[in-house]
Amino acid sequence: MRSFTYERAASPAEAAAAAARQAKAKFIAGGTNLLDLMKLEIETPGHLIDVNGLNLDTIEPTPEGGLRIGALVRNTDLAADPRIRRDYGVLSRALLAGASGQLRNRATTAGNLLQRTRCPYFYDTAQPCNKRKPGSGCSAIGGFSRHLAVMGTSEACIATNPSDMAVAMRVLDAAIETVKPDGAARTIPIAEFHRLPGETPHVENALEQGELITAVTLPKPAGGRHIYRKVRDRASYAFALVSVAAVIGRHGEGRFAVGGIAPKPWRMQAAEAELPRGAKAASAALLAGAKTTHDNAFKLSLVERTLGAVLHEARG
Amino acid sequence: MRFDTPATTNPIDQLKVIGQPTDRIDGPLKTTGLARYAYEQHDVVANQAYGYPVGATIAKGRITAMDLAAARRAPGVLTIVTAENAGKLVKGNFNTAKLLGGPEIEHYHQAIAVVVAETFEQARAAAALIAVDYAEEAGSFDLAAARDSAEKPEASDFGGPPDTSVGDFAGAFASAHARLDQTYTTPDQAHAMMEPHATLAAWEGDKLTLWTSNQMIAWGKADVARTLGIGKDKVRLISPFVGGGFGSKLFVRADALLAALGARASGRPVKVALPRPYTFNNTTHRPATIQRIRIGASAEGRITAIGHEGWSGDLPGGAPETAVNQTRLIYAGENRMTATRLAVLHLPEGNAMRAPGEAPGMMALELAMDEMAETLGLDPIAFRTLNETEVDPENPKRPFSQRQLVECYRIGAERFGWDRRRPHPRQVREGRWLVGMGMAAGFRNNLLATSGARVRLGEDGMVTVETDMTDIGTGTYTIVAQTAAEMMGVPLESVIVRLGDSSFPVSAGSGGQWGANNSTAGVYAACVKLREAVAQRLGFNSSDTVFAEGEVRSGNRSVPLAQAAASGALTGEDSIEYGDLAKTHQQSTFAAHFVEVGVDAFTAEVRVRRMLAVCAAGRILNPKSARSQVIGAMTMGVGAALMEELAVDKRRGFFVNHDLAGYEVPVHADIPHQEVVFLDEADPMSSPMKAKGVGELGICGVGAAVANAIYNASGTRVRHYPITLDKLIGGLPENV
Ligand SMILES: Cc1cc2nc3c(=O)[nH]c(=O)nc-3n(C[C@H](O)[C@H](O)[C@H](O)COP(=O)(O)OP(=O)(O)OC[C@H]3O[C@@H](n4cnc5c(N)ncnc54)[C@H](O)[C@@H]3O)c2cc1C
Ligand code: SF4
Repeated sequence: MRSFTYERAASPAEAAAAAARQAKAKFIAGGTNLLDLMKLEIETPGHLIDVNGLNLDTIEPTPEGGLRIGALVRNTDLAADPRIRRDYGVLSRALLAGASGQLRNRATTAGNLLQRTRCPYFYDTAQPCNKRKPGSGCSAIGGFSRHLAVMGTSEACIATNPSDMAVAMRVLDAAIETVKPDGAARTIPIAEFHRLPGETPHVENALEQGELITAVTLPKPAGGRHIYRKVRDRASYAFALVSVAAVIGRHGEGRFAVGGIAPKPWRMQAAEAELPRGAKAASAALLAGAKTTHDNAFKLSLVERTLGAVLHEARG
Repeated sequence: MRFDTPATTNPIDQLKVIGQPTDRIDGPLKTTGLARYAYEQHDVVANQAYGYPVGATIAKGRITAMDLAAARRAPGVLTIVTAENAGKLVKGNFNTAKLLGGPEIEHYHQAIAVVVAETFEQARAAAALIAVDYAEEAGSFDLAAARDSAEKPEASDFGGPPDTSVGDFAGAFASAHARLDQTYTTPDQAHAMMEPHATLAAWEGDKLTLWTSNQMIAWGKADVARTLGIGKDKVRLISPFVGGGFGSKLFVRADALLAALGARASGRPVKVALPRPYTFNNTTHRPATIQRIRIGASAEGRITAIGHEGWSGDLPGGAPETAVNQTRLIYAGENRMTATRLAVLHLPEGNAMRAPGEAPGMMALELAMDEMAETLGLDPIAFRTLNETEVDPENPKRPFSQRQLVECYRIGAERFGWDRRRPHPRQVREGRWLVGMGMAAGFRNNLLATSGARVRLGEDGMVTVETDMTDIGTGTYTIVAQTAAEMMGVPLESVIVRLGDSSFPVSAGSGGQWGANNSTAGVYAACVKLREAVAQRLGFNSSDTVFAEGEVRSGNRSVPLAQAAASGALTGEDSIEYGDLAKTHQQSTFAAHFVEVGVDAFTAEVRVRRMLAVCAAGRILNPKSARSQVIGAMTMGVGAALMEELAVDKRRGFFVNHDLAGYEVPVHADIPHQEVVFLDEADPMSSPMKAKGVGELGICGVGAAVANAIYNASGTRVRHYPITLDKLIGGLPENV
């Protein structure tokens, strides 16, 4: 870990302004991802701006009938909130499928959205990795890629986004509210928040340097069965091989997004249109153009079968 | 004490303390955090500094340049040791690769430097500033590709001969009524113990003390002395608590050497813990195997030919994984062969991990037995029972000292409800789950090794046991105390146990499931000496003296034990030394493992639903700690069956998933209720304790029982571990 300086910001706007003043500044929230990466010198911020004291930890109703979730609301609190459990069950379930109780007590809404990939080569600073060190190459292509992506990848990077929460938020059409260093606020739909790697896998989202997430909003509740199904190699405390977040109506219609297969939660209208025809048709539409490796080709049938399990549960 | 005739009745047979399910006497220390592990020895010496290792980032080649300038200038740095300035170092007898590499690099993350600084954070930050240039060489990293180049290794103490042959295997196999010829693979596995390798080193003049985490104190002391080129009398190892080892801490590793070198160079006590990623590539691992098994049988199911060949790889000069060994002993059959072959691989060093040989060997053999039973149309238990042997099948003049394997099957089948198992696969569905049952035999040899102890009766009447034996989480403190309490006729509270210090008598150490029987037998021998000293001082005839309820009794005289030491403490010191009983009799431990699994009909996720192990392993010294050993081993067996695999990067020659997020081991949610039954048994051939090992028996066979249950549930036979869902998904029923 490199030495760094540290400050506590007094307001969201000041936090953003402070972050813009220093080239290598980063926000720190729960620290459950950032500190691990700093210890390994995968992240080397020169300055940390602690955002824990910004009073961004409440969940409020919005005028549109939805909810506004403060950026600092802990994963545990969000999952347990009665409104979330009643109206946005898929989100509560996705959160509880992630990490461990101790980590969720610490992890925040914004931090979770911004957690970085779990590609094993990203974690070994001796190995080439375009995401960690632009231009150095991608070790995962041709290497150990069992957990990596089959959709949305590029020649430069095949990493997945590991968040469970984000998959549920994607299916709920959440939006991310931010404040920029100049004080301007904006709202980014979650579909546009995470970036595909292209030639620049180190650019992972739409945020600008210093831009602070203040909240995530959920539109008014969507009716239907809320299901989150996470498939992994052990029963708990592991990242998804594949996960499906779905809100399914009475006739098998609805929406779904898939985690564990792409650099962002993967959702397509064309695939949702096929839902009433079943998992095979819907996943075929979702996975059109998939690019697999020897190690991760199984994810294609796993997506279809996990979606099948979800539709079965929705009917039952 | 020489042990060369079978044990007769002795004080241990009273079973007042031995055999009782006593709580761990070190439990409160552990649950309150007061047990000091190596890295936590904050106050044993003043002025401690911190060392942080630097590992090579190539698998094979040479360092061409190493720039230490920036690290030397970094805040708090006291010294940096590399092979260039470390002085002459000799490779330890138990090490295949050097613990401090450079300029030649033998494997990924081989240590090439240690940075010593005032704080841990400073040492770590400075270590990251060291820039190294390499000339990388091509290496051999793929066992399947290297298989054909594998050679016949030398015979070894633990491994036995590389080739064995009885009768005419080829002829009998060719003419057998039913035949199986299959190849199975097991992956590289990591010990993944909680406590990483860690050492605090302090020099006092030319004397070196290491507070470390080590299973085998005497081996470690000798190898530290050898490596540093100093006398054994100058080295002291102290390892009172070990946070798991599973074989990974049988030998001195880089933490100890780097701490010693860092301390010598800086003139300060230095502590070094291996960072978690280094525990995967810097230390040892269980090597991957390829195993070919051939079984020929008659129509009624008698084995006429059985052959087992195993391939594994290691660094040049290394040793094979002896996965075929149990096949020499477990089933009858007139014509038999085994062969072990070793390829050169430039991956990190392969070495012992919990039940080396048998753990991966039984994963393959017991899967093959399940397949063969199906081919023959026999129940897997019936097939095994038909091929039971009372003698060493390679040498029928050698009987087993005890062998209750069939009894294990019988009791296990009854308890588990084996009769409810459907012989044909994929017959049971409960909701989304395909449900199946599987079983396997468990088999692991019992090994005998000299073990010593010193027992002192203090003036206060307290009995203190000292031995360099280690407690690696197994419960040694407790069974040693139970042994001394039983022998001296005192309550457990009157016994103090001190372990893991090389200034104590040399014990068998912890490994190969030999620790419990041998170390307590050593304590027994020392207690016999102490009893003699007590009797003599009290003027008793030692042959009819009874030690009970804190008293020494002879004829109609009875004296409090403490009185014997009133005029000064008394000490008994001795070792147990074994004669030929292990040569005349085959000593092994046996189990029957039963598992029920559910396979998700949609996603092929496997969940273990029930587990049972029935064990026949000699006298159980403490049913509570023995049960903990077995359920821990069963858990590890589930890990081996379902998820544990070090992923090899075959281009660069290293294990990629080198942390506990990437190398998955079972969590609580993976493990259901586990039941363990110990058969009532005492083996007079094993030692005066009549005990044998259980800590490794518990893992041997479990993986195959899981695999067989998966087959019974799903109808898919997977011969390549671990059985992850991608290997099952193609065989599942059509999606709905
Ligand atoms: C062992 C382990 C297992 C895990 N398992 C799972 C799992 O199964 N599923 C899963 O989804 N996750 C899992 N996680 C990841 C976990 O969910 C994330 O670490 C956590 O959500 C990050 O939140 P945080 O508040 O701690 O973020 P931090 O570590 O504080 O920050 C993460 C990033 O977000 C930035 N940031 C934080 N707040 C803001 C803000 N308001 N505006 C702008 N930028 C900000 C930081 O600068 C940093 O770059 C696991 C983590 C660990 C360590
Ligand atoms: S997949 Fe992406 S994160 Fe992984 S090694 Fe390649 S570039 Fe790095």
